[in-house]
Amino acid sequence: MYRYDEFDATIVRERVEQFRGQVTRRLAGELTEDQFRPLRLKNGLYLQLHAYMLRIAVPYGVLNSKQMRKLAHIARRYDRGFGHFTTRQNIQFNWPQLGDVPDILQHLAEVEMHAIQTSGNCIRNVTADQFAGVAADEIEDPRIWAEIVRQWSTFHPEFSYLPRKFKIAVTGAPDDRAAVRVHDIGLRIVQNEAGETGFEVWVGGGLGRTPIIGVAIRKFLPKEHLLSYLEAILRTYNLLGRRDNIYKARIKILVQATGGEKFGQMVEEEWEKIKDGPLHLPQAEIDRIHRYFAPPAYEALPDVDPAFETAKLENPDFARWARVNLVKHKVPGYAIVNASLKPEGGAPGDASADQMDLLADLADKFSLGEVRVTHHQNIVFPNVRKRDLFALWQRLKSARLATSNLGFISDIIACPGLDYCNLANARSIPVAQRLSRHFSDPRKLDEIGDLRLNISGCINACGHHHVGHIGILGVDKQGQEFYQVTVGGSSKDDASLGKIVGAAFSEDDIVPAIDTIINTYLANRTDRSERFLDYVRRAGVDPFKEALYGPAPARRTAAE
Amino acid sequence: MAMASQMITANRLLDGAVVYFTAGKSWSPNFTDGAVWPDKESADAALIESKESVKARIVVEPYLFDVAVTEAGPKPTSARERIRADHKPTFEPDQGSWTGQISG
Amino acid sequence: MALLQHGALQPNNWRFVGDDAAIPAEGPVTVSLKRWQAESEVLRGRNAPIGVRLKNDEPALALGEDVHRLSLIEVEFPKFTDGRAFSQARILRDKLGYEGELRAVGTILRDQYLFMTRCGIDSVELPEGKAIDGYLAALKEFSAWYQPASDGRPTVMELRHPANANARRGAAPIVTASVAAHSA
Ligand code: SF4
Repeated sequence: MYRYDEFDATIVRERVEQFRGQVTRRLAGELTEDQFRPLRLKNGLYLQLHAYMLRIAVPYGVLNSKQMRKLAHIARRYDRGFGHFTTRQNIQFNWPQLGDVPDILQHLAEVEMHAIQTSGNCIRNVTADQFAGVAADEIEDPRIWAEIVRQWSTFHPEFSYLPRKFKIAVTGAPDDRAAVRVHDIGLRIVQNEAGETGFEVWVGGGLGRTPIIGVAIRKFLPKEHLLSYLEAILRTYNLLGRRDNIYKARIKILVQATGGEKFGQMVEEEWEKIKDGPLHLPQAEIDRIHRYFAPPAYEALPDVDPAFETAKLENPDFARWARVNLVKHKVPGYAIVNASLKPEGGAPGDASADQMDLLADLADKFSLGEVRVTHHQNIVFPNVRKRDLFALWQRLKSARLATSNLGFISDIIACPGLDYCNLANARSIPVAQRLSRHFSDPRKLDEIGDLRLNISGCINACGHHHVGHIGILGVDKQGQEFYQVTVGGSSKDDASLGKIVGAAFSEDDIVPAIDTIINTYLANRTDRSERFLDYVRRAGVDPFKEALYGPAPARRTAAE
Repeated sequence: MAMASQMITANRLLDGAVVYFTAGKSWSPNFTDGAVWPDKESADAALIESKESVKARIVVEPYLFDVAVTEAGPKPTSARERIRADHKPTFEPDQGSWTGQISG
Repeated sequence: MALLQHGALQPNNWRFVGDDAAIPAEGPVTVSLKRWQAESEVLRGRNAPIGVRLKNDEPALALGEDVHRLSLIEVEFPKFTDGRAFSQARILRDKLGYEGELRAVGTILRDQYLFMTRCGIDSVELPEGKAIDGYLAALKEFSAWYQPASDGRPTVMELRHPANANARRGAAPIVTASVAAHSA
């Protein structure tokens, strides 16, 4: 993984001191809350429902064991013994004190971490495919480019006061695991006819209040021009993005208003003027960063490991976990392991300090010292020898980290919701907990199959509800919590936005409603091979409406 | 509809903790210590007074919220304020990973 | 309003003249882009320096070659969260090659001052008597820069790869003497 050189270290250290000064000025009354808010947000510090919340960047989701241990330490010393992994591959602490934050940042700097630009109207932490560098289907490692973008976007003097937040995602594989089509900018590494790799550039996607699938404004961008092209997009947006209405300020609104093609032309025009300037990426720098992501020294192993095969035969629980939570590794004899942070009845994405320490130990023992955070709020061990899988599974199981539910209905994405979040309409976590208990039977999970259920506590859509196969959105009705349900969303290559099934459900009715939706699907699918998403695409929302609210005429009468 | 009674809440500057404006013009983490204003005039006047504590850097962003006055005392009418008054998430620690007690 | 320039608070002898007001016979004035475009002959005939105040939503490129006839260009920060002027400043410096004084007016927080100088702004308007220590300290908060901007400071990438940097600087943005002095 990337390691800081003297320059990176200097910048992060100077940022800690700068923020320490800003906190001191706030506490001394030199800054009002209005002045301090944007400054603290640019450093990931929110004031939430019960306390401050600090969001720490996990650049493109990659953590080494030392960093994970540091997070555990911070959780114990400055928080209440746990942290929350987010859909943007970051981690949040829910209870830090304002005066402690500079010290927390100093601890982070010691392990090459920070909270820079994890919030605010600036370029946020860049996200990438959680299986980068190890996935069997990868064209090229996206982490190199995510790191290059991270550096360019850090304290960019021109783009630190944008109309609104700005999120960039990079994926290097045809199977889009970074949801690039729903980002402000999505970069897909592609191959052209000449066999060279470059970027397909997507712009103007996003969730939130106005969910939109982005448009590809360039089919192939040579890699050395990445930064000048990003700069051209950002400059166009900074000058023309709306600033009069916060709900219309994202780049997606500008792209829609201008038209994708026209917007692309404006970017190209700007880019022509700057592409051969100092932003042109020197090969030496690409090579330098590339070296940090060189594949580790893998052992030459047979792809079939007899011990692993035997363990599966002897232990059905393990066999099930291996079937569900492993992903094919590009190197024979190795596997990519997903450790679920979605135990039955748990808070999705939460990990205790003890769990973090254990994850760090297991990373050292079994995965070349590295883990990844996924935007599905799980943890990945990218490099595990197949012969170690059984031992790893046993250790994970002892800490409630081995739930076999990856990609199933109980692998729920949920934002913090009204239990923590100042903007929330309704709680997300308790709904996720009840659903995960309701759908805990492994046979039931297998029967339902591939199903992504996402929950957001408000329209800001941090829980990505629009792109869940089933999406749940918390809404407020006179101070009470209600839940609106959508079906048919996807964030993959076939990206689509879910459609609302009908009137929102109360807290008591939401789990039965989801159960009805599942039963409707199970009763009507052609066979097991028709996944939930396929069924919704074929049958539309009507069968669900009927099952949930009664036949159409009855609905009409009821409405009258 | 009759104007509901109101209380004033804010977050403490130092640790962000939820606090309530009391009849004695101070702040308390206990919901039950908070003063209840029965009408708009008194509530608005109290809010202006409470903002002195913003200048004094004790709290951040005080605001009014509705309560229903019952025999057992005032109760917040919104889910949001019910949760804030509890100082913690609603789910049980053993079901998620959050731990620890809230100190005043 | 006073001016923070060259590390000290200076008196400001420029005046912004509204579109409907008469242009005074003497003294340096700034006018709107609209007025400049309509009356540039007359304005240039005056025997005093002339400047233009760009609104936030006006394209800096509209000034074109005219930038070389101006002694001052002002860009606006109506509230500190509105960052359009950062881009306008860079366009004036890098694309139009403007070398005169580039001034920020409006709400200027010390926490933005460093970014302003990086974008080529070399003077900022501050309330009379404003303490400037914080502004000067803010310029020293960082000592390394990831991205090329309009201040000519060597970037981290250039320092990592000196050989490549020299080749590229030929095509680099124009760095004005005043900006270079600022970043020294
Ligand atoms: S979706 Fe809404 S409730 Fe959930 S974390 Fe985001 S802002 Fe908060």
